[in-house]
This record gives sequence, structure tokens and C-alpha cells, in this order.
Amino acid sequence: MSINRPIIFPKTNSGNFVSTEPNKLAFNDGWQYAPAPESTDHVTIDQRYKLFIGGEFVAPEAGRHFETINPATEEQLSSVALAGEADVDRAVKAARKAYNGVWSKMPASERSKYIYRIARILQERAREFAVIESLDGGKPIRESRDIDIPLAAAHFFYYAGWADKLEYAFPGRHAVPLGVAGQIIPWNFPLLMCAWKIAPALACGNTVVLKPAETTPLTAMKLAEVIRDAGLPPGVVNIVTGAGETGAAIVNHPDIDKIAFTGSTEVGRIIQKAIAGTGKRYTLELGGKAANIIFADAAIDEAVEGIVNGIFFNQGHVCCAGSRLFVQESVADEVIRKLRDRMETLIVGDPLDKNTDIGAINSASQLETIESYLKLGQEEGAQMYQSSCAVPDRGYWCRPTIFTGVSQSNRIVQEEIFGPVLAIQTFRTLEEGLSKANNTPYGLSGGIWTDKGAKIFKMTQGIRAGVIWANTFNKFDPTSPFGGYKESGFGREGGLHGLGAYVRLEA
Amino acid sequence: MVAATSRVPVAKTYKIYIDGKFPRTESGRYFPLKDDEGNVIASICRGSRKDFRNSVVAARNAFAAWSAASAYLRGQILYRIAEMLEGRAEQFVAELVLQGVSKRRARAEVDATIDRLIYYAGWSDKYQQVFSAVNPVASSHFNFSVLEPTGVVAVIAPNDSGLLGLVSNIAPAIVGGNTCVVLASELLPLCAVSFAEVVHASDVPAGVVNILTGFRDELTEQFASHMDVNAVIFCDGDTDVSRDIQVLAADNIKRVISRVDTKWSEDAAQNPYLIKDTQETKTTWHPIGS
Repeated sequence: MSINRPIIFPKTNSGNFVSTEPNKLAFNDGWQYAPAPESTDHVTIDQRYKLFIGGEFVAPEAGRHFETINPATEEQLSSVALAGEADVDRAVKAARKAYNGVWSKMPASERSKYIYRIARILQERAREFAVIESLDGGKPIRESRDIDIPLAAAHFFYYAGWADKLEYAFPGRHAVPLGVAGQIIPWNFPLLMCAWKIAPALACGNTVVLKPAETTPLTAMKLAEVIRDAGLPPGVVNIVTGAGETGAAIVNHPDIDKIAFTGSTEVGRIIQKAIAGTGKRYTLELGGKAANIIFADAAIDEAVEGIVNGIFFNQGHVCCAGSRLFVQESVADEVIRKLRDRMETLIVGDPLDKNTDIGAINSASQLETIESYLKLGQEEGAQMYQSSCAVPDRGYWCRPTIFTGVSQSNRIVQEEIFGPVLAIQTFRTLEEGLSKANNTPYGLSGGIWTDKGAKIFKMTQGIRAGVIWANTFNKFDPTSPFGGYKESGFGREGGLHGLGAYVRLEA
Repeated sequence: MVAATSRVPVAKTYKIYIDGKFPRTESGRYFPLKDDEGNVIASICRGSRKDFRNSVVAARNAFAAWSAASAYLRGQILYRIAEMLEGRAEQFVAELVLQGVSKRRARAEVDATIDRLIYYAGWSDKYQQVFSAVNPVASSHFNFSVLEPTGVVAVIAPNDSGLLGLVSNIAPAIVGGNTCVVLASELLPLCAVSFAEVVHASDVPAGVVNILTGFRDELTEQFASHMDVNAVIFCDGDTDVSRDIQVLAADNIKRVISRVDTKWSEDAAQNPYLIKDTQETKTTWHPIGS
């Protein structure tokens, strides 16, 4: 059977872009994707969620609640308890009681089995979690289904096994749990961040008070059900929902031994200052502005896929997103042309549709932030290009966007935008590429594309960042440590190194 | 005929050490170091914030080459510092005695300092093997984590241990490829300056170790707040000092390492986790395929 491929040159809505790529497969007019929505039949979302404290779902003391909405439709999904200081205090007391009474005394091998149970139940309920994650946060179902939820389960499974093996992790030292860990997580990977925080804390023998982000509390509350169903002793994990005020109550609580925070560098700074002098331990996983560096000898088509994955994955709501692209001058025209062609094929829309590449921006306020940067970039004199795709009328959307003609000092190059917005620069020599890549106060991640092994090692050694992807990008695994250099924070999550954040080492 | 007289000794001028040179403080200020009877032993440079900033520039410039130097080379250089110190041990003993330490304890401190340098010299090409990892990721990638130095480290050395405490903080930082700016003990500063001379004679590249003398009250703020310093280590101070350091350090998310209450003469004061304090973990991914 012969396949007759239509060769269609794109006609774009804006009319200002014509591909020069010969024999390019264009998807916009020739091929239409029928809607392929994931079913939501099997998912139940309660009208109201309470706090999970001491193994029970309890109402917030002040009786306050906040809405969580579906950013793709702007419709309310549920009303969620707003935890105040009194609620946080109750959660910390429950965690302390569980730590002193049960969790720190339990044989590590038994602790381990509870954590394994969480992993297994998550796997069983994976599809339900994926759907809720996409509803509440706006991310494409393909990502929540294939990345967020499986990785969250894998993270619990990985750390479960560490619980009774800690003496092998720290040569010459005895690892002791810290006590009660206060954990504050962001909205970009809601369940996965719960797993990154809770799994190593429990494995090391700590108990937990965790606050999910205010725009994405639902999968954390579903995780609370899992933890209850797994039979964890009451108080080992407590989940309190709320916004900045609730987070501050956790950070400032005198009976918390350790703070783990993932979020912006701005808030990280505030937390580091708030904790000063208290003796609390802390790890911070903060912002980023990763360089993705394409050499002329790279496999260009693969690199273009890597650029797309680097900046458009999860709507660019990724602290390690490859938001600064550096292309070697001799291939810059080709790379940018192919990137624009590829951007034209990206489908922006219903997060529950299995064909969707880019879902909804997480919240109205984040969309506002992104749009202010789009305006700023143009004011700074950069050329903006957006794909011509249609976006739904309701909900929060941002078309994939690139800026060319930017300089190192532009704010869109220096500041974290946290959206599908890429700033493109060129370089000639390896040294120039490296020095431009490192010209940032951030140091979370970086990418490098080349066919030359020696060049890979030169660059991966030279980039001052905690995670480097060579000829790939945005890959994550429970065994692989993640975390930043410089103002991207400190401490690692994942792998053997992630244990260090939750233990004190004794001689 | 000229009467025979005893020889007049030549006193040493104690200066600071920045970028491989021994300038006086740019501020032109000094403070007198006195013995128990109130006699002036030496005029010590009262280092300024400008001296500190100059030191950070030197340390930053030295970082690229020092962090890229082979572990073998760094190990040999630390060993060389120990050799030089051994050869000049008597001078250090005499300085400690001059500052009020008993002869026996002074000798023990100098010996322990030399041994501590040897200890960390030996770690140079081993800590990486102990703390790095190959990570068995589920996807088809080769993935490994290694340690890399944090960068420029500001050290406020212990006040009560002028030589051993100083070296116990410098050695683990530089053996791991960091460069450092150190504020010497305010009470016992002599050995710090002489140690700078030892460093200078040991093939340590200019800027890798910078040593200032001066007042803590005046310089602590600058050590904690400078935006091109990546980590700050402090070895004494009450809770107020500790809080202030951490608050100032947060402006550029410095790593803050407290070594308050460490007994520098004990074996527990040397271990590879002190090296790890100023190391970052870098994880690298590469696909496996054709």
C-alpha cells in the first residue's frame, strides 16, 4: 500500500509566516485531528475538601474556604479548606505526636512497607489522578498520564526501599531523622511534588506537614485519601491547603525541624530569612533560566524536538525549562525555521484531549505575568513570533512564543517567565556559548546538543547548574538527583543524594 | 675598638594576603596586638570592606582554573603546604607562644595542623568517588551525579584557634576546588599571616586563598552579604550573629555553614563531610542509543 502524503505549505492566520522548508508536512489545513477527550466519568471531585490532619479529614477552625477552578474552562471544581495558623499548629502537633509515638520507633523495614503501599495504590488509581491533575492544573492529559502520575508512584516506590538501608548511604556516619518536616510545594507538578517531598522524608523517619499550592490542591487531597487507605499511622502525613498565609504559618512554626520549599527564588529568599537563627534545617528548590545550547554539529531535527520539549513541556511551567536558547550562528537560520515550522504543528487546547500538546496556563494571574513579559519583550526591541494556532474562547491560554533579536541584558533573557516563551540568541565559539549560558544568577539546569562526545563533556562540566541534559531535555527519574546551583537553591531531591535533606549525620 | 653588642632582631611586618600579594590594608588602618603584659607584639592590618571586595574579585578570577585543576594536582599542592609548614614549624610555635599559648600546646597545635593538611591532601582524589553516583534511571539514558565546587567561599575563621582552626576550614574548601576569602582570628592573628606566606610558597595559585585580618564587628556583614560569594562559613558567634549572617546570606541564596562549637583539636573535626559542605551535586543525562 502506498501512502500518498499531502504536501501542504502552511497558510497561517497571521499571514506573516511562510515556511521555506521543502516538502514540509503541514498539519494545519491538510490533517485535522478529531477530538479525543479522556473520559471523566470515573472521577469524583467533592464539592468541598477539608484538611487532612492526624489521619482524619477535619474542617478548618475558622471555617474559611477558597475555590479551585479548572483553568481550561474557568469553572469552579471544588471549594477547599483554607488552613490558618491554628490549623497548621494542629497539624504540627499531630505530626510531632506521630513522630515521637510511632514513626521514629517503628522498625525501618515496616516504615518501608507503608511507603510501598502508597506507591501501589497510586499506580492502581493512576488514571483518576491523571484526569484530576489535568482538570485542576491545566496540563495535557498525555503529560499527567505518562509523566506526572507514574513518576510520583515511582518516587514513593524508590524511597520506600531506602528506609531500612540508610546506613549504606552515608559512609562513616549514622543517619538520624530530623523530626517534623514542613513542606511547601508549587502548582506546576502538584502530585509529583508531593511525592518528591513526602517520600524521602518518610523513608528517613520524619513526619510531614505539607501544603499544596492554592491553585492545585485536588490531587494532594486525593493523595491524603491514599495515605489514609494505606493505613499510615495518624499524623505521619498531614496536608493543609491554603495560600501564602498558610505557608508562612508552616515556615514560622517553632516546632518544625525542617523546611523544604519548591517555588520562586523570591519566596525562597523570604523563607531563608524567616528561618535565620531558628536552627531549622532547610532545602530550597527555586527558579531557573536554563540555557539550551545547540551546536552546528548537532542532529538538528532532534535538537528542534528538544527545544520544543524544553520550553513548551507543561506550558513552560517548569523551573528547569530551557527558556534561553543558544544556537551556533552557522545553523541559526535553519534551527529557527524548523522550530517555527514545528511550533505550527503544536495543538493548544483542551488539556483532557489526548492530542493536546500545550494545555491551559495554570491561573489567570500566571497568564497575566506571562503576557506582561510578552509586552516587555517587544518593548525591549525583540522580535516576537507566535504560532498561529487557534485557542479556546474561555480559559487561560498562551500560544507558543519565541523571541529573537534579544540581548543578554534583556529582562526576558534574565528573568524567569514560567510560560511557553523562549528567548533565542546565537553564539560562534564554544567559549562564547558557555559564557553566555552561565551569565545568569540561576543554575538549575542546562541543555547541550552536539554529536561530539568531547564537546558534550566540556560543556556539561562548564555549565554551572545542577542538572544537565545532553542530547535530551526535561527528563526526570526518582533515582536521579535534582536541584540547583547559585540562586536556584540548594539541596537535592531524588536519588541517594535526596536523602541528605532529611537526616542529621552523627559520627 | 668597637664594643661587642647583641644583634638587634628584625621584626616582621604583618600584612594581609590578597590575590597572591601581601599588601597593607587599603584603608591604612591597624590595630595593636598586645601580649598579656600589654606590650605591643605587632601592628595588625585592620582590613576593610574594600579589602574584602578586592579579595572576592581575586577569588572569583582564580576559581575557573583552580576548580578545573586535576584532583591529583590539588592533592599535591595541599601536601606541599604541609611540607612548607613542617619546615617552618618553629616559627609558628614561637608565634603561638608569643600570643600566650604554652610551648607544649603550641607544638601540638602546629603538628595537628600539618597532619590535617596531609589528611585533606589525601582526600583530593577520593571524596568524588565516595560521594558521586551512577543513577539507574528507568529510561534509556546514562545518568550520573558528581560533585563540583560551590565557588567562592567566605570563611570567618574561629577566634579561639588561630592556626589549627584556620587551616581546618581552608583545607576542605580548597581541596574541593573552591577559592576562599578568610577572616583570621581577631585574637590570634599572627599565624594566619604567616600561614599566608606558607601558602604563597606552596604553588597555590594567586587568589585561591585570600586572608584578611581585622574586626569581626566590621567585616561579618560584608562576608555574609556580598553578592558574588556563593557560601559563607562561620565558626563562632552567638545566636544574633548567626541570625544576621543567615538573613544577609539569603539575598543571593548563599549556602550558610555553621561550625560553631567545633573542637578543632579533635579527630571529629576532620572528615570528608566538611569537603561536601561546599560542593554541589551535578547530574548529567545522555541518551543511550545509536
